Amino acid sequence: MTAALSREILICAIARLLDGVRFVAVGASSPIPAASAMLRRALDEGSRTVRLSVLGSVEHNIFTNGSTELFDAAGQGRLDAFFLGGGQIDGQANVNLVGAGDYPQSSVRWPGSFGSAYLYFTVPRVILFREEHSPRVFVEKVDFISAPGTSPAGVYRPGGPVALVTGKGLFSFDRARPGFRLESIHPGHDLAEIRAATGFDFLHDAAPPQTPAPDPALLALLRGRILTELAETYPAYAADWQRDLAAADRH
Amino acid sequence: MSGELRSMAARVESGMCVALPVDYAGVSMAMTRPLIEHGARDLHLVCVPTGGLQVDQLIGAGLVAMVETSAVSLGEAGGAPRFNQAVKDAAIGLRDATCPAIHAGLMAAQKGSPFVPLRGLLGSDVLRNRPDWRVIDNPFAPEGDPIALIPAIHPDVAIFHAPMADRAGNVWIGRRRELAAMAYAARQTLVTVERIVEHSLLADEMTAAGTLPALYVTQVACAPRGAWPYGLWGEYPTDTAELMHYARAARSAEGFADYMASDRRPPA
Repeated sequence: MTAALSREILICAIARLLDGVRFVAVGASSPIPAASAMLRRALDEGSRTVRLSVLGSVEHNIFTNGSTELFDAAGQGRLDAFFLGGGQIDGQANVNLVGAGDYPQSSVRWPGSFGSAYLYFTVPRVILFREEHSPRVFVEKVDFISAPGTSPAGVYRPGGPVALVTGKGLFSFDRARPGFRLESIHPGHDLAEIRAATGFDFLHDAAPPQTPAPDPALLALLRGRILTELAETYPAYAADWQRDLAAADRH
Repeated sequence: MSGELRSMAARVESGMCVALPVDYAGVSMAMTRPLIEHGARDLHLVCVPTGGLQVDQLIGAGLVAMVETSAVSLGEAGGAPRFNQAVKDAAIGLRDATCPAIHAGLMAAQKGSPFVPLRGLLGSDVLRNRPDWRVIDNPFAPEGDPIALIPAIHPDVAIFHAPMADRAGNVWIGRRRELAAMAYAARQTLVTVERIVEHSLLADEMTAAGTLPALYVTQVACAPRGAWPYGLWGEYPTDTAELMHYARAARSAEGFADYMASDRRPPA
């Protein structure tokens, strides 16, 4: 079997972070988190129920009250996990989904804050995910705070960030300190490279462990059922994944 | 272009506030060209809660003065090119929001209330840039508990696409309840549908539950494949190739104009 692709290592790393969730939702433009949530559901099948709602999906959407229901469920405390990305993410876990430079006339405009300014406060396990790991993404301070990483005492905030997964490594987030700690490095990358690509300071062991790669059984599940489930909502991403597999097969 | 669509577009006047649904809920793409041809300008768009192709095209056509939204993008086809350019050029006003705040504003209008309180938001630049929102101390809490207030959003017109309507103007929206929320809040609601059915949608409890009553509907027109290139739930999938074609074409103003002038139709 073809060795694990980097996107497959990411999907599995995020699925591990979802261990124990009862209900997970996936927002816009999030094929990797969607695949991770589908994988979590498949792995837990028969032992526990994982409910899943993928934005934009018809098949993987348990809601019946329109797009407001996600936020209502989060406000009620029913949503255990959610994902946020960011054009910029800083060392305090502030996320910027709006744009680079001065607001509102951003030099680079991204889509917008989506539900971040609410879900970051209300969902206990928010996983930050951004595949591009570079100094322009992981900055000292974001140009616009779509949603703050932490809040002062007195602000109602049962939710917030727990982890950050990038194309190079996996970090945990300590809300008390606050700050990130590098927990593992994905195969093919190293600590010096991650330090150079990260615009903020983070804690780490002298030699952080490697992010585990999926075994053949897990890979078969990913490339079969999960890829098929994902294709309904993310046809272009699924086709790209399949092309990568075919190309890797030829080598 | 059908006369029905033209007559619906003619209801939209310059300066109006127009509510449009998120790309997967039922976008009336069939109304986009009639709206552009009609040419009402200085529109204030409210994206419920995010916008995509239709919003990008109305901006590209120069009809939009203000966009209130939680995001504008073409999904898998990437950023919305005309929106992004208009932001860079400061050609449109922006009211950046977050999804549940748009829902809260519509909910307030639905209830006939002046505002709805909403958690989250505190410490964000989203809140900082919305002078029309307020923060108060929760009057029911024993000690300080700041919470944001979102004022009611009253669109002049809501426009969306759905699978079917009956002769009385009842519209079946299934579980896409944000379409009902838009209609409750709006003064007028214009709907395109895949088909008009001869029986009453309210006569059968199975369809009545997912039906927006004609009370909230101003006009209905039949527009088969009316969401294309977007998909319509339960009917047909999104034409991602067409969205990508648009995304490439609309990178420049000239490319956008060429795309809009060309005769694009759904594949048979």
